[in-house]
Amino acid sequence: MSNSTRCAACKSLRRRCPQDCTLAPYFPSTNPQRFACVHKIFGASNITKMLQQLPVHQRAVAADCISFEASSRVRDPVYGCVGIITQLHQLILVAQRELAEIQGQVALYGAQQGQEQKRMAQSQVHQYNGPIWFTTSQQDPPHLD
Amino acid sequence: MGGSSPCASCKLLRRRCAKDCIFAPYFPSDDPHKFAIVHKVFGASNVSKMLQELPIHQRADAVSSLVYEANARVRDPVYGCVGAISYLQNQVSQLQMQLAVAQAEILCIQMQQEPALPTHQIVSDDRSLLHSNLSNLPQYLNFASTSNVIQDPLKRESLWT
Repeated sequence: MSNSTRCAACKSLRRRCPQDCTLAPYFPSTNPQRFACVHKIFGASNITKMLQQLPVHQRAVAADCISFEASSRVRDPVYGCVGIITQLHQLILVAQRELAEIQGQVALYGAQQGQEQKRMAQSQVHQYNGPIWFTTSQQDPPHLD
Repeated sequence: MGGSSPCASCKLLRRRCAKDCIFAPYFPSDDPHKFAIVHKVFGASNVSKMLQELPIHQRADAVSSLVYEANARVRDPVYGCVGAISYLQNQVSQLQMQLAVAQAEILCIQMQQEPALPTHQIVSDDRSLLHSNLSNLPQYLNFASTSNVIQDPLKRESLWT
């Protein structure tokens, strides 16, 4: 097998790349950095074992996730992916608090509007220029001659 | 050799536990599962190299996060930790939408009311700060289909033991 057809994994490990190489579909020679990351964090034999334990149709996604975890760990050697999870948790807490506050505001405005409308409706009833005897103590309407 | 028992790592690796063993402070012998899972996913030599590259005061946190990641990967061999990230990003997106709706409602109400009424500037300042935090959140994932991700995969799991 010529050097140019070796996958990034086999190139890095300086070995022959067989046709049925487990890693070749997910670590092409065009992206050596991707394999370098996962090899540094997980090790080539661990990745191979992990992928071999999965059905073929799930290996591409698994390789992408492993690659993401490895690059997160290289970027943040203390917290890795967990740093992202913590950050997201905090964002969610802040967002939930803000949402509760704004929804409270909406409810308050809604209540104020409701009261305002009620007051306006009541004042319109009082302004009605109906027959005077409705507003006086007289019980019966005046007799008409 | 003293009478102290080997740490969980040296027990599993069947070797002498040196006084300056890099694993011993973080993998005590009474919790063999902790090292076993980290060794299974990352490998002892990789973990040792990672810890050696860190200052001592950061190693405990690094071990905790490695244990968390290893557990996630064993529980979900396809998505691992990424499943949790995907789930949380979905939550953030939903909250972003809800916030936008609530903000539009407030704006509507404020426009309908008289200008003399208080407009709660503090809330709107915080909103814009939060909104910028949410919209600047990098899209960590653009490959995992969210419909395939297990919902709430790491329910109530404590990150730090």
